[in-house]
Amino acid sequence: MNKLVIVGGAAVVLVGAFVIGMNVYRGQQTEKVSQIAATDSDSPFNRPDAPMIGTIMAKVEIVEYFDPACESCREFYPYVKNVLEQHKNQVRLSLRYAAFHKGSDYVVQILEAARLQGFDIYVKSLETVLDAQPIWANHNNPNPSMVWTLLGNTGIDIERAKREMNDPRILARLKQDAADIVKLNVRKTPTLFINGKPLREFSPEGLASQVASEVRAAYKT
Amino acid sequence: MTDKSTSRQWNLLFVCWLIAGAATLGSLFFSEVMERVPCVLCWYQRIAMFPLAFIFTVGLFPLDVRCVRYALPIALAGWAIALYHCLLYLGVIPESLRPCTQGVSCADVKIELVGFVTIPLLSLLGFTLIISLLLAVRKGIKQ
Repeated sequence: MNKLVIVGGAAVVLVGAFVIGMNVYRGQQTEKVSQIAATDSDSPFNRPDAPMIGTIMAKVEIVEYFDPACESCREFYPYVKNVLEQHKNQVRLSLRYAAFHKGSDYVVQILEAARLQGFDIYVKSLETVLDAQPIWANHNNPNPSMVWTLLGNTGIDIERAKREMNDPRILARLKQDAADIVKLNVRKTPTLFINGKPLREFSPEGLASQVASEVRAAYKT
Repeated sequence: MTDKSTSRQWNLLFVCWLIAGAATLGSLFFSEVMERVPCVLCWYQRIAMFPLAFIFTVGLFPLDVRCVRYALPIALAGWAIALYHCLLYLGVIPESLRPCTQGVSCADVKIELVGFVTIPLLSLLGFTLIISLLLAVRKGIKQ
């Protein structure tokens, strides 16, 4: 019986140390990110050339690092859109690319080429690419060039997009995102920040509640 | 066997359990909290370390010294991989040239805690301690 107490107590200590360490580490990371958001003159949270959904007037900004080939990004996108819809004109979404999967940098370049042809075409292309992800983004055998045939009814000028996808502006945009990923220590997709604070709980509810509380804080009269 | 020697064996196995438990949680901390992706060799060492925590738990209640028989080969396998990993880190063994796959290099030094202390070194230390303690327990049985 006594031995059970010793081992049980030791187990509690070990697990307790793990949990405390986790909270300390996460606190430090959040602190680091908010430090960057507040003081960095070249802050990753200030990228006006990144694609933005919603109005510039919105006081709450979600920054989402995503990969068009990532399943969770595909699954999470409707919830992000839903939050934007719910807080129309108060919340905007700034999209950043974290092309971690093989072949997704190619698709990102297609998306950015679509953006050069107009914002509506961009959003349609983005949603088509996410929607059709199981077709082109099989992890064992990704086939990003297939994306071209899928974009048929987005209104995109495919020949023009093919010409422009290596435009220096696009490559500069991607390089910037890659540098910001290192700065913010983004390791998973999607990674979301709400007004420069990491999303605490990765779930639709977690997103909804954290955004709602940021909106309350920003629009307090 | 005397009461004294059984209690000594229990204590030794308890320390083994502590090391295996701390190593298991520690490696989970690196991968789940700090989000460092474990490389292939780290996974092989985990495969050896994680079950030890369970084997020792069962071996402690009630004390069953035969668990040494089962734990020792696993610990030895883990120790060998940890040693190989450390030598790879130090550059004694070159990482074999193979086509790039998306993944993590085993030779990248990700964490040096205090100066030279790396994850594989901690792993090697853990397995070494566990093996020594298990040998001490086994010596007790034979006498």
